Amino acid sequence: MTSGTRRTGIEKAMKTVLLISALASVLIVLLIFIFTMKEATPAFREIGVWKMLSDTTWRPGNDQFGILAMIAGSGLVTLGAVLIGVPLALGTAVFLSEIAPCWIAGIVRPSIELLAGIPSVVYGLFGMVVLVPLVRTIPAPGNAGYGLLAASIVLAVMILPTIANISEFAIRSVPKGYKEGSLALGATKWETISRVIIPAAKPGIISAVVLGLGRALGETIAMIMVIGNSVILPTAITDNPLSIFLSRARTLTGNIAVEISYATGIHESALFATGVVLFILIMLVNGSARFLMKMGVKS
Amino acid sequence: MEAERAEKTRMMTEDYSLFYGDFKALNNINIKIPTNKITAFIGPSGCGKSTLLRSFNRMNDLIPGVTTAGTIFLDGRNVAREDVVELRKKVGMVFQRPNPFPKSIFDNVAYGPRLHGTKNRSDLAVIVEKSLKRAALWEEVKDDLHKSGMSLSGGQQQRLCIARAIAIEPEVILMDEPASALDPVATLKIEELMNVLKRNYTIAIVTHNMQQAGRVSDYTAFMLTDEKRAGNLIELGPTKQIFTTPSDSRTEDYISGRFG
Repeated sequence: MTSGTRRTGIEKAMKTVLLISALASVLIVLLIFIFTMKEATPAFREIGVWKMLSDTTWRPGNDQFGILAMIAGSGLVTLGAVLIGVPLALGTAVFLSEIAPCWIAGIVRPSIELLAGIPSVVYGLFGMVVLVPLVRTIPAPGNAGYGLLAASIVLAVMILPTIANISEFAIRSVPKGYKEGSLALGATKWETISRVIIPAAKPGIISAVVLGLGRALGETIAMIMVIGNSVILPTAITDNPLSIFLSRARTLTGNIAVEISYATGIHESALFATGVVLFILIMLVNGSARFLMKMGVKS
Repeated sequence: MEAERAEKTRMMTEDYSLFYGDFKALNNINIKIPTNKITAFIGPSGCGKSTLLRSFNRMNDLIPGVTTAGTIFLDGRNVAREDVVELRKKVGMVFQRPNPFPKSIFDNVAYGPRLHGTKNRSDLAVIVEKSLKRAALWEEVKDDLHKSGMSLSGGQQQRLCIARAIAIEPEVILMDEPASALDPVATLKIEELMNVLKRNYTIAIVTHNMQQAGRVSDYTAFMLTDEKRAGNLIELGPTKQIFTTPSDSRTEDYISGRFG
């Protein structure tokens, strides 16, 4: 064999190897979906997909398997986390990329990375010991501290590093020319940040938020520890609609984790069905983010 | 009227030096930029001509570690004491690489006026049209004002940036090698445009291209680094004179292509 044909051989082999690595993740996602779906099928068939999605009562002993309360729980806690976490993360990102002197950024950035490395169970502990008692001081009948608010705060801190990191990168990637162009027109630093830099970094910021959303929807143990885990459709506990966040709740992930160890039969299948719903929810979030990003790029 | 205005000095430096940390990049520059004329800065790479240009609207403020000595005047007022936002309203800038914002053509031109308080859509439309006309771009884009400024060709983008700069009615336009990223046809258009613009604006341009300086400018300043690599002004004079009978032999060497 000449060296030429040997090199072409290696080329081809490498191409195949790389293709297989790329396909592996696609395959794994497919496999996970198929097997979860397979386990969930009995529940979907016997209970009915719509019945599961629209019923708020989850009583496995009674053969009642409605997961709407958990969908609401996951949705609300994620919403809360985004409302608290995104402004904080964006503020951090803008500060680190545009405002902080090197030495301050040198302290803040590693701290945020450290935050990303803390195991979620430790966040849960922190939430139980610090946040729950703090939330409990809010005067409202039935407020036990455990609930959506404490969970949202914990979750906000957990998604902060992801969103801050990726947003900072997106902001740093904005061409220097935009900034100079804006300043040269007499814009102040803040005007430049808000009118040119952040809009230009928007696609990156959106993907950062979506990655955060994905993490928030998937978070399990820390949620179990602070959210209260009652299977109820969260409602406002006082006249103030915001007090809905003082309500206890359960997340889709928490539902699976809490009950899977002892569930059998249709109950077990219903938990897999919960997993399928979670899976689809996350796909929807990612899909809409892609769509939003495309729209952002176009305009 | 024209003759009288020609006598006037719009901007002026007095013993102006600039340091990057300990390194002196500009050494004791004394220069006058006459009103409604085009003044070109030429010289080899690294001679400080861009740095000097960026001193006129204090863009060097952005660079950490920069300190200055001496004074720069705009209409007799020390620019260092001016509010930097006000200064940059009066002294606009066009950059080497066309840098339209990722916004529509309309929003690009309206960016400055909006910043400085024009909110009314129809007022903005008037300003946008006028500025694009002055930048000789209107005919090419008038039906596509909503399109992204990034979708234009390089030459059009640069004229968009010029329109954006003149939309806030500056007195001075600084141009930092505005045509160096453009093809010859687009370059010619920018040069023609500059000749028209000088009726209303004072223009200072940095260029690597000596033919360009010869073609467009009324005055030429030749800069060169000294033995310590600090930029010095060698001479400033009417362009014709600099190109035919320079008073300094180094200018002559540079013009005739003996170095640089």
